[in-house]
Amino acid sequence: MTDAPRSAFPHRHLLGIEGLSPLDIQALLDLADAQVEVSRQVEKKKSTLRGRTQINLFFEPSTRTQSSFELAGKRLGADVMNMSVASSSVKKGETLIDTAATLNAMRPDLIVVRHHAAGAVHLLAQKVDCSVVNAGDGAHEHPTQALLDALTIRRNKGRIEGLTVAICGDILHSRVARSNMILLAAMGAQVRLVAPTTLLPPGIGRLGFPTFTDMREGLKDADIVMMLRLQRERMNGSFVPSVKEYFRFYGLDQEKLGFAKPDALVMHPGPMNRGVEIASEVADGAQSLIREQVEMGVAVRMAVLEALASHLPNR
Amino acid sequence: MTSDRPLLFKNACLVDPASGREETGGLLVRNGLIADVGAQLTSVADAQIVDCEGQVLSPGLIDMRAFIGEPGAAHRETLKSAGEAAAAGGVTTIVSMPDTNPVLDDPAIVDFVRRRARDNCLVNVRPAAALTKGLKGEEMAEIGLLKDAGGIAFTDGARSVTNAQVMRRALTYAHDFDALIVHHVEDPDLVGQGVMNEGEFAARLGLLGIPREAETVMLERDIRLVRLTGGRYHAAMISTADSAEIVQAAKARGLPVTCGVSINNLALNENDIGDYRTFLKLSPPLRHEDDRQAMIEALADGTIDVIVSDHNPQDVETKRVPFAEAADGAVGLETLLSAALRLVHSGRLSLPKLLRALTLRPAEILGLPGGRLSIGAPADLIVFDPDAPYVVDKRQLHSLSKNTPFDEARLEGQVTLTMVAGRIVFDRHTM
Repeated sequence: MTDAPRSAFPHRHLLGIEGLSPLDIQALLDLADAQVEVSRQVEKKKSTLRGRTQINLFFEPSTRTQSSFELAGKRLGADVMNMSVASSSVKKGETLIDTAATLNAMRPDLIVVRHHAAGAVHLLAQKVDCSVVNAGDGAHEHPTQALLDALTIRRNKGRIEGLTVAICGDILHSRVARSNMILLAAMGAQVRLVAPTTLLPPGIGRLGFPTFTDMREGLKDADIVMMLRLQRERMNGSFVPSVKEYFRFYGLDQEKLGFAKPDALVMHPGPMNRGVEIASEVADGAQSLIREQVEMGVAVRMAVLEALASHLPNR
Repeated sequence: MTSDRPLLFKNACLVDPASGREETGGLLVRNGLIADVGAQLTSVADAQIVDCEGQVLSPGLIDMRAFIGEPGAAHRETLKSAGEAAAAGGVTTIVSMPDTNPVLDDPAIVDFVRRRARDNCLVNVRPAAALTKGLKGEEMAEIGLLKDAGGIAFTDGARSVTNAQVMRRALTYAHDFDALIVHHVEDPDLVGQGVMNEGEFAARLGLLGIPREAETVMLERDIRLVRLTGGRYHAAMISTADSAEIVQAAKARGLPVTCGVSINNLALNENDIGDYRTFLKLSPPLRHEDDRQAMIEALADGTIDVIVSDHNPQDVETKRVPFAEAADGAVGLETLLSAALRLVHSGRLSLPKLLRALTLRPAEILGLPGGRLSIGAPADLIVFDPDAPYVVDKRQLHSLSKNTPFDEARLEGQVTLTMVAGRIVFDRHTM
């Protein structure tokens, strides 16, 4: 663990991986490594954020991300408030900017935002005085997911640089894929994309990532196989013909995993569609890191909140 | 006829568009494959001999578009009756359309048709599978699984996919599987209530017309989408001079676009409808003579790749009704070659060029090994006398349905023998 000073994190918000330097990423991962230890103690509470208010503002339901952020905040000693769209005034027609102004008037120190529209978190960040963490905006970014994936990879492989990572599935609609592509490339991994062309953003070829429509080819010699969730409404003839066909050609089963390196590891941001993008035998198999990703999620979010805390006023 | 003993065709006028061969010689068949071919081939020890007496020996025809009633409408045509018609007409491979009941949008049904054809049909049947589920034009079918099951191409048959987004995604997805999309280019909204070509003749008959733009608008759209997606695309049938120009421009651009023409649009025009002959109610409709001439030219210059029979059996109930109420379609497997030979006899097209559009080009587009007289190719062959005159009598057609637009027509050119995979499936002398 390097001793990167916490106050060195040079950003007030975490809106995306885009804009972070490899050093920033490194610092967050190092900090997260330490948080893993905190979470594994009997006494899990720190006081870094004591007296601070953290609002989790979720315009899109996400039990796992929201509870991960809640736990992270609480372990750092913050007062955490969850606001989900169902109970907010957004349903009554309030605009995003009005919501931001209302929340801002409550003087929170940190706002964690999940929104269905790409760019919405940036917009909100411009209208508040506190730090904002993007917990996923549309198909744009999900930076803490990419960080927790990176942490999981680094702890299992000892490095990120030089690894071959195959990101597979619905890349078109995935903020997880986008954040991971940026982060992994920045950290020196070879990123490949595996998907039917209907699930690749047109023009993705220009970004310089090799793309594969044949999954076996795409997995060849991969160190990490990162699966993505396919939304139910996209699997019945609009983007892919059927679950049956998708699983046959793009579902990760033991046979296809056999094309990756023998010590390849499997990841999935969850929640999984078993029998759609991943077979149970693989999800629960020896090469799966899926459960470990969840643990790393809390650690990474603690690290992010702590890094941003260095910018809070009255410090 | 078993494939154990070799069989030699001798004294044949060999015509092979693939090699450019056009000479007198022989062809040896062994184990269902072409074992040898050439001018020098006059005798082979042990071989059974078929003396062609100077008639043409060419690859069997590959018809990229035939509707067969099985499953679901076996009263119109079965795989068996279609096979008999095809064999008599010199068609050795039929691409069957997915417009059956149930629709060929399920790998199990494709498999069923293939097995059923293998057991009951004299000629090769390569089913085209549905492009969209239920041919509804809304959700793409299981292109990968259907291809694995034996779907040779993907099409909504007689229907057009009007939703451009669906077409875009299908072309994109099919490209990943190197699957061919075959599309009937006819915008149903522009067709509206139209029943024949729009123009003077429709006006005289008091029938609503179908504008040429019903075809060209759809074709132009598709070609834009091919350019966007890179998907392999075949316009099932074009019928207008403008369409030929559109395809020509797409090819000049290097796009993966090919197209076909119905034998009916090459041999007939709208005037043949005469006094409301419903057997000539077709989709695309018979067009003006200028369009027919343009189709022949486009075939000669290679803009049009293939000629199809567009074989579409209809029974009395769907045809013996007023013109506007009649179903579209005509049978054509059995008359395809003779009708096409009209273009040769009128001096518009050489025989090799005509055969190219009926054998080699469809084989190339579909990725089939046949369609050529090459050593190792399947022995799917025909012997025909290009000059033999006859008058079409619909009662003698092998199809269960008799809706031929060529009834009582004088045609020249008759198949004398048809061979599929080394087996003689039609022999006029023994019939």
